Amino acid sequence: MMRSTLSGLLVLGSCLLGGVAAAQSVVYDKSRITCVSRQMNVPVEARFKKFSAQIAFDPARPAAGTARIEIDVDSFDIDNAEVNDEARSKPWFDAHNFPTAKFISAGIKSLGAGKFEVRGPLTIKGRTLEMTAPFTYKEEAGAAVFDGVFAIKRLQYNIGEGVWKDTDTVADEVQIKFHIVVAAGKPAAKK
Amino acid sequence: MPTAARYTNTAVALHWLIFTLVACGFSLAVYMVDLPLSPYKLKYFSWHKWIGVTIFLLAIARLAWRLTHRPPALPANFPLWQRHAAAATHALLYALIVIIPITGWLYSSAAGLPTVYLGIVQLPDVLAKDKALAAQLKALHVVLNYAMLTLIITHVAAALKHHFVDRDEVLPRMLTWVKSRRRKQL
Repeated sequence: MMRSTLSGLLVLGSCLLGGVAAAQSVVYDKSRITCVSRQMNVPVEARFKKFSAQIAFDPARPAAGTARIEIDVDSFDIDNAEVNDEARSKPWFDAHNFPTAKFISAGIKSLGAGKFEVRGPLTIKGRTLEMTAPFTYKEEAGAAVFDGVFAIKRLQYNIGEGVWKDTDTVADEVQIKFHIVVAAGKPAAKK
Repeated sequence: MPTAARYTNTAVALHWLIFTLVACGFSLAVYMVDLPLSPYKLKYFSWHKWIGVTIFLLAIARLAWRLTHRPPALPANFPLWQRHAAAATHALLYALIVIIPITGWLYSSAAGLPTVYLGIVQLPDVLAKDKALAAQLKALHVVLNYAMLTLIITHVAAALKHHFVDRDEVLPRMLTWVKSRRRKQL
């Protein structure tokens, strides 16, 4: 009890001192970032297998929270080799020239009842647009769990050029879902 | 009890409608599977699934009709083995027009691609995404289709043989615009 309070204070302290969330580590094998596109109105889910995230968040002080997420777009996986190759190619993510999609939070606010909203610039394929995403925060087995869904318009990011601009086939709106598990405290503080 | 010389108009309409859809769905499938990925390919796959769902619905209606309406009798001089062969072929074709769409739907589900009929109604996915199972269901879907193609060829060949070789009353039962020889002779 003392120990977790102490480590909590240390986390708080390091945040206040401007140290970036070093004390919070993302549990990658439990975290997922997926996207759902609609092809001929058929929802199809794909996953970004590689990403890195630095999250500092205290539900009592959401405004002080920060999040920075970098997604390796080359890790796009829709369980079909041909579609994966297509997704990485120039008309889509152009993973060779734009390997990373990036989100940096500019502000987090509470929406009440365990719900929050994060906003900030989202960069994909070299284009940056402001976005906001609602998310929930839960504590499960000593870990912080963030869940959220938001939608982007793929054409605003130039994702799907040429023949793929046709939104009758692949809809403009794409849902991005995130489920991020952050282990509380330093690894050393594990019980 | 005298039986009609021909299938009912409903039975004839369902037969030819389903045949047309099967022919379209089959040809489209053969054409689309090896296309490189493009918006067209995605469209064709969706159309193919819509055709399959339509065939399934019509097949159910047709079976219900068949079970409540006695088909026209075969000519009296029809050999027994041909009666059995015809009954078996018809039963298998009825079964396949119901089963093949189901295998397509299950394959789609296992592949993680739900079926959205006409782009409006999303069918439930009874199977979770499973790559290995999807490959097996795809193989089953293909094998059953070629089995159906073989049966259709047999069915057509038999119909033509009856009409042009045996010169009997089999074909006009379903091809209502073919004049019955019996009537001609009357």
